[in-house]
Amino acid sequence: MTISRKDIEKVAVLARIRVDEEQVSALEKDLGNILDLVDQLSAADTDSVAPMAHPLDAVQRLRPDEVSETNEREAFQAIAPATENGLYLVPRVIE
Amino acid sequence: MQWDIVIGLEIHVQLATKTKIFSGSSTAYGAEPNTQANAVDLAMPGTLPVPNEQAFRYAVMFGLAVNAEIERRSVFERKNYFYPDLPKGYQTTQLERPIVGPGYVDIDLPNGDTKRVRIHHAHLEEDAGKSLHEDFHGMTGIDLNRAGTPLIEVVTEPDMTNADEAVAFAKKLHGIVTSLGICDGDMSQGSMRFDVNISLKPKGSDTLGTRTETKNLNSFRFMEQAIAHEVERQMDILEDGGTIEQETRLYNGDRDESRSMRTKEEANDYRYFPCPDLLPVEIDDTFIDEARNRVPELPDARKVRFKEQYGLNDYDAGLLAGDSKLAAFFEAAADRGKDAKLASNWVQGEFSARLNAEEKSVADSPITGEQLGDLVVRIADNTISSAGAKKVFEALWAGENNSVDAIIDAKGLKQVSDTGELEKMVDEVLASMPDQVAQYQQESDPKKQKKMLGGFMGPLMKASKGQGNPKLFNEILVKKLGG
Amino acid sequence: MHNKSVAELSRELESGKISSVELTRQFLGRLKKEDEQLNSFITITEEQALADAHAADEQRAAGKATLWTGVPFAHKDIFCTNGVSTTCGSKMLANFVPPYDATVTENFRKAGAVCLGKTNMDEFAMGSSTESSYFGATTNPWGLSQGEKRVPGGSSGGSAAAVAARLVPAATATDTGGSIRQPAALCGVTGLKPTYGRVSRYGMIAFASSLDQGGTMARTAEDNALMLNVMAGFDPKDSTSIDRDVPDYTATLTEPLKGLRIGLPKEYFTGNLSAAMEEQVRGAIREYEKLGATVKEVSLPHADLAIAAYYVIAPAEASANLSRFDGARYGYRCEDPKDLLDMYTRTRAEGFGTEVKRRILVGTYALSAGYFDAYYLKAQKVRRLIQQDFINAFKEVDVLMSPTTPSPAFIQGEKTSDPVTMYLEDVFTIAINLAGIPAMSVPAGFVDGLPVGLQIIGDYFSEARLLNAAHQFQQVTDWHQREPQ
Ligand SMILES: [Mg+2]
Ligand SMILES: [Zn+2]
Repeated sequence: MTISRKDIEKVAVLARIRVDEEQVSALEKDLGNILDLVDQLSAADTDSVAPMAHPLDAVQRLRPDEVSETNEREAFQAIAPATENGLYLVPRVIE
Repeated sequence: MQWDIVIGLEIHVQLATKTKIFSGSSTAYGAEPNTQANAVDLAMPGTLPVPNEQAFRYAVMFGLAVNAEIERRSVFERKNYFYPDLPKGYQTTQLERPIVGPGYVDIDLPNGDTKRVRIHHAHLEEDAGKSLHEDFHGMTGIDLNRAGTPLIEVVTEPDMTNADEAVAFAKKLHGIVTSLGICDGDMSQGSMRFDVNISLKPKGSDTLGTRTETKNLNSFRFMEQAIAHEVERQMDILEDGGTIEQETRLYNGDRDESRSMRTKEEANDYRYFPCPDLLPVEIDDTFIDEARNRVPELPDARKVRFKEQYGLNDYDAGLLAGDSKLAAFFEAAADRGKDAKLASNWVQGEFSARLNAEEKSVADSPITGEQLGDLVVRIADNTISSAGAKKVFEALWAGENNSVDAIIDAKGLKQVSDTGELEKMVDEVLASMPDQVAQYQQESDPKKQKKMLGGFMGPLMKASKGQGNPKLFNEILVKKLGG
Repeated sequence: MHNKSVAELSRELESGKISSVELTRQFLGRLKKEDEQLNSFITITEEQALADAHAADEQRAAGKATLWTGVPFAHKDIFCTNGVSTTCGSKMLANFVPPYDATVTENFRKAGAVCLGKTNMDEFAMGSSTESSYFGATTNPWGLSQGEKRVPGGSSGGSAAAVAARLVPAATATDTGGSIRQPAALCGVTGLKPTYGRVSRYGMIAFASSLDQGGTMARTAEDNALMLNVMAGFDPKDSTSIDRDVPDYTATLTEPLKGLRIGLPKEYFTGNLSAAMEEQVRGAIREYEKLGATVKEVSLPHADLAIAAYYVIAPAEASANLSRFDGARYGYRCEDPKDLLDMYTRTRAEGFGTEVKRRILVGTYALSAGYFDAYYLKAQKVRRLIQQDFINAFKEVDVLMSPTTPSPAFIQGEKTSDPVTMYLEDVFTIAINLAGIPAMSVPAGFVDGLPVGLQIIGDYFSEARLLNAAHQFQQVTDWHQREPQ
């Protein structure tokens, strides 16, 4: 399985990782090799096999609807890149 | 060319749980920014979600109320996209196995018909935070208090064919979720948000046209306007020989404009996959039975009861029964006396108009249903005139903390209904207005006569210092003038 | 003192021969000196450690000491520690000081243990050599005497190197595809990856949620048992943790092994396993036979698909798990972002290292429209086949044994240019994570002066049996006592 430059550019956008022009070739090779490895999967006969999302066949426990958290804004915002008036600041969002 | 309009809705309903869907943070509205956003809500490294049982109970109650199948084993997926109000970089939602399967809701149309709108499914998911776009030195402020609030997203089949039907459905759904008590129904706070999918096709055609999605409409009025706007926009394009682009649009209700949000198809590759931090949720019979026991009277059943119990007509019963808070208010008012019809008129008239004018919900009303009921009793037994009643209503609305009777007394609004006393006043006034009496008696058109009666009412009310019963004055006048 | 095990140190403290403050000073002194060469720690928390040691001594004086009170150890820098830098080996979190504890951290705090610092690791636990750390590579203490800089394995290479070099008697670790067992094998220490769900993942920075599991690393099996006693248990904060009784893992250590049925998966004794490695592993298995165990060959027919399945599932989960590192609320943010997209793409391009980015991109690709069925869904199906292989094997035998790695510690830089070569390091360990079963690596010999690990694999929740098997082996061998020069 080869992965094209276009594919790499597309997944880089989806993953929000800037990939510079000169990195694309290396990625093409490395991701191509990884996908070659992964392509061994196609040999397996999985026709009647159910996908396995979890190692244990357990079911979800549900939590009672009780408030357990208190206001810790100060502690959390002390480690934030930028805040003002209790808000996290990010570059302007244009919708 | 004639067009058929095809409308489907996606409705986000905020669940009225105390805590978030995956954390123990409070969901109370209106807190200082980020004071209800804790480690899990902020997607701090290493934190994990633990689902809230009440969100599932509410979703099951909703499913039962819309005649839907409940998925016994539902699964959460991650929907991946980057946005600053989405801390994890994915929304935890349900795709393959949503908790509520196919169901339906019957809606009443203005022409008296009933229509069935099918529900495709409803799933549980988490809400995002809020972006505040006012200027912070060219930056956007993010408040994550709302992030993680439980939602059910209700997805209908494209069964609606005009704005009236869509609004009727939306209102019906509002009535259902508020009756269930699973949502506070406060649209101004975003408790219910509508996405409208619209497409057009040539009249009678079987092939669906390309649809657009108009997102995040937070009032019935905006929804109605947005549908009208989008239908017109699509029609203009199609009639000019253009094609509709599948896209998400944003409607600005204040300006009655819409614009495209995103069209790039690649931007929509959400890469859903089962959330590995959560296990399948199994709902058993006991859980469903318990939820069923908590489903209260719903609008359809209430409407039937209102017709039987209070003798209301179909329209009034439907309107009052549709909103649980309004219905409770009406019942409180009607139960104070015997004139349910009059109570219904006052609830739908003066009371609703006042709420609308002040953009208040029933819950914020300064007067109680019981108080309005007492007022209606005094109108019905002729203690006060309707003009007097309005004055009492004003006093109650202004927060006067007194009984209706005390207000009537204090303001001297009790009308004189002693016929003898009233007849005396009529005699005196008629005697002082001989020309008008003659005119009246020469008039042959009863309509004009009726109008002329008004001319005597002013002086009569003056003579009675505003306390004469106008209805009785009228009767006496007709009798005396006609005789 | 530095050669003593946790159990021994605990006895020394109990007898009053040494105080926790003295012990902590000794270890800190050694750590600061020796680690210049090894770089096995990212953060040394000297002040906090001495304060904790002091508190531990007071606890003891008050008669409230438990086994761990005052015993030094270290945390892999993947576990969040309240008020102490937690980097996960990444520039992305170089400035991150969590205001909360991981459940594992909290458990050790409650037990009174004294944490000396945070150990080095491959960035976000993605690697098998501890070379991808933003804070520099860790060097394996073995090989240094021959003038070679070898890798300690990874991703828990810092914990393994530190325990091997006697800088701490024990360290926490995590294992997503072999990240406890492979470094334990390469550094000649004993490590245990418990059953998935046995140890809470809360506050343990996620790589691949359905595979990640916190575990133990120490020189002896007994110390691993002592660690697991602290770490294991149900945690209401982790939906995937298991609500099931935790036994005292030390209680069954000395049970005789007579009648223990050992299976040797034939697929793990072929291919790239060198003759010298195989000889060491077979030698260890002969010791087990001497202890009364029986040995038979078994088959894991889908073993050769494990790496392929893993390199879809792990990157897919990672691609979503690492989306939260976006520069908005904590951690690294690029300089002067010109708009939101620029902040995201540059923060993530600059904050993540090469291997992390590679895996995020692979995972994103595997989940993207048009590839989901062929990659992600297919891998999940293969995962079930792999699990079924183990379930079938455990119908015939009590434990499986194999080499932990195909070869001993390699020279730094040898495998960094080709990610796939590096991935093959975990050829014997990865399937265990896919199945979610427990496994250990136990020192079992040397090849060219470098440690060799024996992997012991058990059925779900059989940690006590694995620890028993490892402990009994360590009563008749001394591989685990060898010290790098
Ligand atoms: Mg939607
Ligand atoms: Zn939604």
